[in-house]
Amino acid sequence: MQLIPCPWCGPREEAEFHYGGQAHVAYPEDPSALTDEEWAQYVFFRENPSGPFAERWSHSAGCRRWFNAVRDTRTHDLLAVYRVGEPMPELGEKDQVAS
Amino acid sequence: MTADPTSPLAAWTDRLAALAPALTVAERPFRAQLTVRVSDPSAIEAMGSALGVAFPPVPCTFTSGSGPFGDLEVLWLGPDEFLVVASPGLQVPIEDALRAARGSARGSVVDTSAQRTTVVLEGAHVRDVLAHGCSVDLHPSSAPVGTCVQTLLARTGIILQVTGEDRFAVLVRSSFAGYLAAWLSDACMEYRT
Repeated sequence: MQLIPCPWCGPREEAEFHYGGQAHVAYPEDPSALTDEEWAQYVFFRENPSGPFAERWSHSAGCRRWFNAVRDTRTHDLLAVYRVGEPMPELGEKDQVAS
Repeated sequence: MTADPTSPLAAWTDRLAALAPALTVAERPFRAQLTVRVSDPSAIEAMGSALGVAFPPVPCTFTSGSGPFGDLEVLWLGPDEFLVVASPGLQVPIEDALRAARGSARGSVVDTSAQRTTVVLEGAHVRDVLAHGCSVDLHPSSAPVGTCVQTLLARTGIILQVTGEDRFAVLVRSSFAGYLAAWLSDACMEYRT
C-alpha cells in the first residue's frame, strides 16, 4: 500500500488518510456579488491536470490534521507535502506541468 | 445512585489471560482521561507544571511522571491536542487543575475517560502480533520507548504507546474493545505453544 508522509506523524498507510480535493481554492471575497455561473465555477469546477496537482489530505486515523500535498496524477507519486498555511514548495524542473 | 461500572473487556479477562505466555494481555480499565486542546506555549507549560509532568514537545511521543495527582502520562495527539491519562477517579480534580492553569488562553479540557479503555500487551512476540494488523514500524530503532502513535490496528483506530522494551499500551474505543480482544486472540494463535 502507498505510504503518505504526514507532515506531523511521518509516513503512514494511505488507508489512514482522507482525500479533500484540490488545494488553494480560495473562498470568494464577496460571495453575494457572484453571478450564478461564477458561483458554480467556484463550487463545482476543479482542475484535472495530467501531472503535479496540489491537493488537500486529512490524516483522519492519526493526528486528524489537514495538510496539502502535491501529487503527480500520472504516477501517483507524492512530490511534496506541506502544512496548511505554508506556500506550495517549488517543484523540480522535471515535475512542472506540461501546458 | 448509579450502577457499578463494568469495564469494556470484563467478559474477556479469562480468555485474554489464556493467551500467555505468547502474549501477556491485561486491561487497565476506568483510567482518568482528559482531552486537552491548547496551542499557547505558556498555557501548555503552566498545565505541565500543574500536573508535575511536562507536556510532550515532540510529535508522536508521550511523557510520564509523578506529581500531585500521582503517576500520570501526557500523550501527544496533535499539534494542539494532548491526552492526559491518570489513575481511575481523578478526572474531576485534574480537570479543575488544568482549567485553572490554562487561565485566559484559548483551549479546552474535556473529560473523555469513558471513551477508551487501555489494554497492556507484553511479551517477546508483542511486535509480531501487532504487525499482523498495524503498518507502523515498531522496531525499537524507529519506535523507541516513549513513542505514542495514533494509527489503525486491524482497521480499528487506536492510540499505541511504547511503554517498555517489549511492552505496549493500546488505548482503544470502548465500543471497539471486544472486537480488538477477539482479533488479538486470533493473531496470537500461531505464537501459542
